[in-house]
Amino acid sequence: MPIPEVKEKWAGGIVEVQIGATSAEGGTRTSVVKVGGHKGLPFLPFESAGGNKPVIAAHILDIVPDEWHPLLKEPYKSVYNDVGRWAKFCVEELKVEMIALTLSGCHPDTGNRDADYAASVVTKLKEAVGVPLIVWGTGVVEKDNAVMPKVSSALRGERVLLGAATQHNYKTLCAVAQADGHCLISEAPLDINIGKQVNILLSDMEFPLNRIVMFQATGALGYGFEYTYSIQERQRLAGLGGDKLMGIPMLATGGDEAWKAKEAKAPQSEFPQWGSESVRGPLWEITTAVGMLLSGVDILLMRHPDAIKTVQKYIARLWQ
Amino acid sequence: MIAIAERINGMFKDVRQAIADKNKKVIQDLARRQAEAGAAYLDVNVGTAARDQTGAMKWLVETIQEVVKTPLALDSQKLEVIKAGLEVADKPVLINSCQADPEKLDTYFALCSEKNASLICLTMDKEGVSQDVAKRLDNAMTILTKAQEHNVPVEHIFIDPIFLPVNVDQRQPKIILEVIQQIRLMSDPPPHITCGLSNISQGAANRSLINRTAVVMFAAAGMDSAICDVLDKELMDAWITAEMLLNKMIYSDDYIKAAIASLRR
Repeated sequence: MPIPEVKEKWAGGIVEVQIGATSAEGGTRTSVVKVGGHKGLPFLPFESAGGNKPVIAAHILDIVPDEWHPLLKEPYKSVYNDVGRWAKFCVEELKVEMIALTLSGCHPDTGNRDADYAASVVTKLKEAVGVPLIVWGTGVVEKDNAVMPKVSSALRGERVLLGAATQHNYKTLCAVAQADGHCLISEAPLDINIGKQVNILLSDMEFPLNRIVMFQATGALGYGFEYTYSIQERQRLAGLGGDKLMGIPMLATGGDEAWKAKEAKAPQSEFPQWGSESVRGPLWEITTAVGMLLSGVDILLMRHPDAIKTVQKYIARLWQ
Repeated sequence: MIAIAERINGMFKDVRQAIADKNKKVIQDLARRQAEAGAAYLDVNVGTAARDQTGAMKWLVETIQEVVKTPLALDSQKLEVIKAGLEVADKPVLINSCQADPEKLDTYFALCSEKNASLICLTMDKEGVSQDVAKRLDNAMTILTKAQEHNVPVEHIFIDPIFLPVNVDQRQPKIILEVIQQIRLMSDPPPHITCGLSNISQGAANRSLINRTAVVMFAAAGMDSAICDVLDKELMDAWITAEMLLNKMIYSDDYIKAAIASLRR
């Protein structure tokens, strides 16, 4: 009687997405990032070796992060008034493999700056670092549709990951990303059905699946994390099961979300039994990020340097 | 869902004529359309009219492989015709089909092992199609035991519980529902369950409606494959919808389009 085979076999797989283009590929990046390519669940090398390891992108802003918690601002205080220096710091000091920029300065509530400004900021970013880039609009539909075409064109050929296409606003971003050779974030509001639908809409516009990264608006530990986790896990399982529209790498904004949690940032003076927030804050981000990795996330957008370094070590130790 | 497209069969007049005239266009057009419609396999049957059946099988396989990547289901009751197809097939095939007699299963499973092929096994033997549940299950058990003896993995086995035309024996569909459920309990993971779907409506009016109603019923009982007319859009839509309702795929507003895209190879 042979010992029964307990390893899972999957009919499908996760498509490989390359972000960033070198000079040989029509861009100016000195490195590229490949995500996806898996034939099995993450961190189970005995089941299916192969596929690309998850990567961390430092998540920065184009403006001084006035709304951030002091603990989060402190490590970046010498660089955050200049997007180029900030990005360079993250690449050189924190060794991140990507930079993600949210164009907060274009948001109607925080500066409402125009498309030319956005184009100049991303050009500066592009010139400051050689790693692949993620550029995220404001999330305000009219503003993004005005700003992102110029951003896309300023980064033409760099194979940037642009965000975000949603169910009700995807045509403009899809068309410019197509024209300028970029990748797209397809975003859904913690809804697996809509997540799939956005991917269908993008493929209807003939946007290739190997240029899409899925994003389910992330919930931090204690703030919808379990829901995000189960959706992401189900997406991954469906993709591995053969659903091509779900067999797409995933992205999560763990840093941003974790630092919204009261448990991350409430001062020790108010909650003495919780211990120091200087340890607790990064820990909250780390725990959120690690959970996301286990659900199958391929690109983590992170904030605090200590959290970034710890999760880098975690990936290096567990990924084979 | 594993749809085995039935149209390239010498029983159809256009295919019979194309085989006689060596008219590639007719065959390749059917191959492309069926692949596009979501076929997981293209059934290839030379029919009974062709004088040189092995030659016709080789010609069909090569003609189809020129235009699509979809794997083939080599369909003949004659072993030498299947072997002729296997000689020229450029990827693992599904052999259609073998009865549940132990000596026949030995021959076919040995061939499957050698060629990494899958096999459709009928729950009938030399005594014919049984009228009850128990005999069909006996046959299914023989099939699974034989497969194990030959080290053929269970995912390579497609068990066909045999559909008779509804106007021949109307008690059959209900029996088959039970047979499907029982076969699925015989092994973990279960074998694939398939059927000659169009057979159920043979000679009846409203064939498409009967076929698509049957596919939904049997899919709910656990049937995951069918030899059918994939060009019947309403049939495919009903089957996909049943799979969606069974939580085998994730719902989205355009889930049918998504399913077809996933099914295409």
